[in-house]
Amino acid sequence: MPSLARHTLFIAVPLLALFAILPGVYNNHLLLFNFVIFLILAQGVNIIYGFTGYLPFGYVGFFGAGAYGFAIMVMHFQSPAPLAVVVAGLVGVALGLLLAPLLRLTGAYFAIANLAAALAVLHFVANPALESITKGPYGVALNGTFNPTMAYNGALIILALTLGIVVFLRNSSFGLALQAVREDAFSASMAGVNVLKMRMIAWLASALVAGFAGGVFAWYVSVFYPDNVFSADFSIFAIVFALFGGVATITGPIVGVVILYGIYNLIGFTTPQYFQLIYGLLIIGLVLFLPAGLVSLATRRGWYVP
Amino acid sequence: MLAYPLIAGLLFGLYFSLVGIGLNLVFGVMRIVNLAHGDFLMLGAFVGFGVFYLAGLDPLLAVPLAFAIFVLVGIFLYGILIPRLQQSVNPEMLSIILFFGLSQVIEAVMTIMFGTSERSIPSRELGSLISKIGKLLGASPEGGPVVILGQSFPAAWVISAITSVAAIFLVYVYLYRTRLGTLTRAVMSRRDEALATGINVDRVCAAAFGIGLALAAIAGVFAPFMFGSVTPAFGADATVTSFVIVVLGSLGNPLGTALGGVVYGVCYMLVQTYLSSWADLLPYVLLILILLLRPSGLLGRQVRVA
Repeated sequence: MPSLARHTLFIAVPLLALFAILPGVYNNHLLLFNFVIFLILAQGVNIIYGFTGYLPFGYVGFFGAGAYGFAIMVMHFQSPAPLAVVVAGLVGVALGLLLAPLLRLTGAYFAIANLAAALAVLHFVANPALESITKGPYGVALNGTFNPTMAYNGALIILALTLGIVVFLRNSSFGLALQAVREDAFSASMAGVNVLKMRMIAWLASALVAGFAGGVFAWYVSVFYPDNVFSADFSIFAIVFALFGGVATITGPIVGVVILYGIYNLIGFTTPQYFQLIYGLLIIGLVLFLPAGLVSLATRRGWYVP
Repeated sequence: MLAYPLIAGLLFGLYFSLVGIGLNLVFGVMRIVNLAHGDFLMLGAFVGFGVFYLAGLDPLLAVPLAFAIFVLVGIFLYGILIPRLQQSVNPEMLSIILFFGLSQVIEAVMTIMFGTSERSIPSRELGSLISKIGKLLGASPEGGPVVILGQSFPAAWVISAITSVAAIFLVYVYLYRTRLGTLTRAVMSRRDEALATGINVDRVCAAAFGIGLALAAIAGVFAPFMFGSVTPAFGADATVTSFVIVVLGSLGNPLGTALGGVVYGVCYMLVQTYLSSWADLLPYVLLILILLLRPSGLLGRQVRVA
């Protein structure tokens, strides 16, 4: 069996099946929904950071833009929710195109510019002067589309799409070329890789899934403020989850989300500052002792990690 | 009418230069992104609170104290964090995440110890020592607002601006008039060649890291007067603002920060006065534009690739 089919069958499908069954046996649907959202975002970060090396410190910009794309479609065009989610993804891609010039920057410059871009989008959306369009800082309340069950299923479809992209990247010459670009763009282009085009495709794919995720998030919660959907926590959590597991793999970000978001839900709500402390120490320890993530425990021994 | 925003912008700008300069020194010397920079500002503010509320002294005395404490803290942190970080594949990227973890730890510990309430010091207390000495020498008692070109400004703003100028001047003296400073500039321009010529790069970097954190802490002492109040969560916003200032000047050139700070301060005050609803957007848009159009900053070296 080719590894593409194997990864789909033994990783993506069981994960999706698990999250499709869980709402029937576990009552905290919001928690499950958040898990799915973070799985999408962590894999989205994986697409851009893991395979191209660009650290999207303002990844939440796409998520928030998607959420507002959804809200504007519903508020001003009375569009049905699934269509609005599609538009949310396209808004993410549009923002990705708008920010594409940032890809000319490298390393820390890109990360900082991306962070600034996300904050710029936040302050743009939250501007009281645009109240008639975005409701400004007063938040959005969507009537008529509220349907958590459908939104959850929508999130699962997007998770399937995201996993599909990552499985493809992991098993294709395209993904290999991206990793070559990450390691040394110059050598890769000498070997015939169209560096700019490939990077752009990965960037837009990553923006697309975050836009979709923002759309279903807006669908699920229906009432939100700019600060909720543009919270820097989304970027940071997604990045740390992906890194904790190990990027440029399929399983790494999944493991990261399950472990870290699991811990967050065990202790984060009751004592947030202690969680923050543990979280911070965990991140420091991760960078110092396991910079390539949990999966490096296995790859170091020469085991193959999908 | 224009005089007020211009002068206020200049005063704030000089202060902002001090806010950013430590971050830039650390990045310039070590290519490390200190995402916990704002948290050291916050810690500096708490040194100020300690000096005023516990010892009952002029908060200005916290400046030398904070400097001494944080040079030592910086050298200690350098020793435990940086050598390990430098061994990893991509220290520049991982430093972002590492220092994010550190900022979480600092914020959490301070929240656990001091709670989340807003703290401030009455504005007239800053510089009370100077006016007392002035009184003893028979000079007319000051302490009220300072009048410049017919506009009056809080004395605390003026004292902060003067201290900032002094600190930046001392950084200049350090970099250009001392032996360690010359070595620091050598490491800044080419780390590997500096290493090859036998410079003790580790020692130079540890000193630069300590000084960088100490400058942040000094800026923090004035933060309650410039921003009104400080909470343990103050760090994150301060970090982003510092980045804007640093990138405006030029990332990697500490003295460029002085220019960046002034430009930022004046722009901020002008937008605040004439277009206040868009003022929040300014720093981020400015940051992105500068990165794209003139990525080396207003003064600075080449950074953009491809």
